[in-house]
Amino acid sequence: MDLTLTPEMAAFRDEVRAFLAAHADDYAAGAPKDVKAWQKLLIEHGYAARTIPREYGGYGAEPDILKGRIIAEEFIRAGAPRGIANQGVSMLVPTLLEVGSEDQKRQWIGPTLRGEVIWCQGYSEPGAGSDLASLQTKAVEDGDDFLISGSKIWTSTAHVADMIFCLVRTEPEAAKHEGISYVLFSMKTPGIEVRPLKTMTGQAEFNEVFFTDVRVPKANVVGGRGRGWFVANTTLKHERGMLGDPNATEARLNSLVEVMKTETVGGERIIDNPLFRDRLMALQARVFAMKFNGLRLLTAAQTGEGAGLAGLIVKLQGCELNHQIAALAIDALGELGILYHEGQHLRAKGNWQRSYMFDLGLIIGGGTAQIQKNIIAERGLGLPREPSPAKA
Amino acid sequence: MRFALSEDQRMLQDSLAKALVDVSPLDRVRRFAADPADTAADVWQALAEFGLPGIVVPEAYGGLGLSMLEAALASEALGAAVAPVAFLGSVLAPLALVRAGSEAQRAEWLPKLASGEVLAAAAIGEPIAGARDGAGLVAKAGKLTGRALFVPGGLAAGLIVAADAKGGLHLVRGDAPGLTRAVMPTIDDTRRLAELTFADTPAEPLTSNDALAALRDAGWVILAADTLGASQAMLDKAVAYAKERRQFGRVIGSFQAVKHLCAEMAAELEPARALVWYAAYAFDHAPEEASLVAAHAKAHLSEIGRFIARTSTEVHGGMGITDLLGLHFWFKRIGQNRQLLGGPEKVREIAARVQGLIGA
Repeated sequence: MDLTLTPEMAAFRDEVRAFLAAHADDYAAGAPKDVKAWQKLLIEHGYAARTIPREYGGYGAEPDILKGRIIAEEFIRAGAPRGIANQGVSMLVPTLLEVGSEDQKRQWIGPTLRGEVIWCQGYSEPGAGSDLASLQTKAVEDGDDFLISGSKIWTSTAHVADMIFCLVRTEPEAAKHEGISYVLFSMKTPGIEVRPLKTMTGQAEFNEVFFTDVRVPKANVVGGRGRGWFVANTTLKHERGMLGDPNATEARLNSLVEVMKTETVGGERIIDNPLFRDRLMALQARVFAMKFNGLRLLTAAQTGEGAGLAGLIVKLQGCELNHQIAALAIDALGELGILYHEGQHLRAKGNWQRSYMFDLGLIIGGGTAQIQKNIIAERGLGLPREPSPAKA
Repeated sequence: MRFALSEDQRMLQDSLAKALVDVSPLDRVRRFAADPADTAADVWQALAEFGLPGIVVPEAYGGLGLSMLEAALASEALGAAVAPVAFLGSVLAPLALVRAGSEAQRAEWLPKLASGEVLAAAAIGEPIAGARDGAGLVAKAGKLTGRALFVPGGLAAGLIVAADAKGGLHLVRGDAPGLTRAVMPTIDDTRRLAELTFADTPAEPLTSNDALAALRDAGWVILAADTLGASQAMLDKAVAYAKERRQFGRVIGSFQAVKHLCAEMAAELEPARALVWYAAYAFDHAPEEASLVAAHAKAHLSEIGRFIARTSTEVHGGMGITDLLGLHFWFKRIGQNRQLLGGPEKVREIAARVQGLIGA
């Protein structure tokens, strides 16, 4: 254990701080004035697309997990927005880097990083949720093209997306996991219908997408025909890491502390109420545990050692913790906590309630809590899989 | 920056765990638990050869001169083995001497503590956790009067570090006049607690006034680490049992109802390990955070320890509650750690205070 920074790393941290101080005007309200200009600036300085090769539009630095961590911490400290972190950047780009063809890399990575092309992810289907590999959207060969028909659900940005990266069944005769391909196509292609999916928050954070004979060139397959399951899995692990990021959770806890220090009921600060204070401290301990667990994972990644259970539990615990923080904020606000939509007494634009509801979706999405527990028990503890009913 | 145990620290963990398998197997723990006259001197002697009593004693005084992290790893190993050893005093008494003792006091006591020749106990519960049944010590003219309850290792200690009601620290010799001791039978038969009565008992004051907070923080870390080890042992036993026990023609670990209980235990325990490591590290290297993270480690391990203790017992089914299986030794050890030096509610109250959320 040695949590001090080397002089090189301390200098790097100071460099990031200086950059953020110099550009504070560009993100005064916590969001960039101009998203694309901010992204361009971040890439130029290596604070976004840091390790992506220059020829594809990135900054081209050697991977350095600690520097990545320092950047993340300093941006949180300054309340500065990170670069574009949509599904194109966080999921498609790493996939293309790993298994894309040279043409695919050159065509898509740069524009995606610069925010010129917005992607959506076509994975889940109405009949294929936790059992994603049972997906049925079919791609039928027609000359040099596929004709794609079927439907996708939970497609967050489909209504604004230019492109989709999509899992489709290209080999109907092959085994479940071996008949799937990962394809890229334009959302402007004829035969696509997008319907907003309104959730309990009152907003449509997701969409349903319907395909009817959508014509897609075979050349748009990434990583080879029938390899889509394995291609998708190379990046699903990134998603599970993103859901449950302890830095974001700590920032949220700090907002809750502020709420409890500033809000009063009957003239008494919430923080002075021992029951609420006790709940807050119990959550803070959990946040600390996840934060230090994150540091442990960071070192494990640097040294190339497997993180084991410490990594497998992040999605489950992190999402649950976020939800509990929102729950305590609502309780601390009491009747104010049920205000929503608008009105003069409304706090934080209703975001605690919105988070409380939306985060329940995150406990379910990206691999439900129950699927996470299977993963922890089977991969982490070596417990046997449930026998499949077909074999029983 | 490196958040991981060093090679030496891993070796310490491994070799101590192996030694405990030999010197303190469950049969040995059972004999200790059943016989009030048994002081487990053989276990203590083996651990003394290991250097454990002097783990935080500076090398100049014959100790190992290691940090709180190593002490926590040792405590974790003792908890995992439910070893019949009062380790808390072996950490707290040397710390009191190093931080608040005079050179003469150090020279007199530290070598004997390091060798294991003198056992030490810390009677500091009342000013930290609050006094029960009118306990508490009053210091006057070099003498202590009153009672200290729930003192781990207090029955056999040759040196007692005692805190008076105002938080001042004193050294009391085991043979001091007016000192009487009585056992306090608890749920946990692997570590006996003492009620110490002082009647105009001669006591040497230590010099520093803020050492009590450091002893408290160290005590919290050591107890949290003991619970970490005991909880990991209970999780391991539950997983092993779930892989072996068959019902309905399958091992029960293949049922999601059982598998998920195991996953929940692991999901709680694994991040708690990082919390204990950091709390121990901060004690030596990040003093401004030390009290807060020690408090969180103590309170949080108490909570998840309780969850794991009952859940592991449930995974074992009816066998879980039998004396024959012996799982209850771990269950009770975790239960005892939870209340010593303040239960979670008390400790969280202090956590809020030390970060300035409420007034002192």
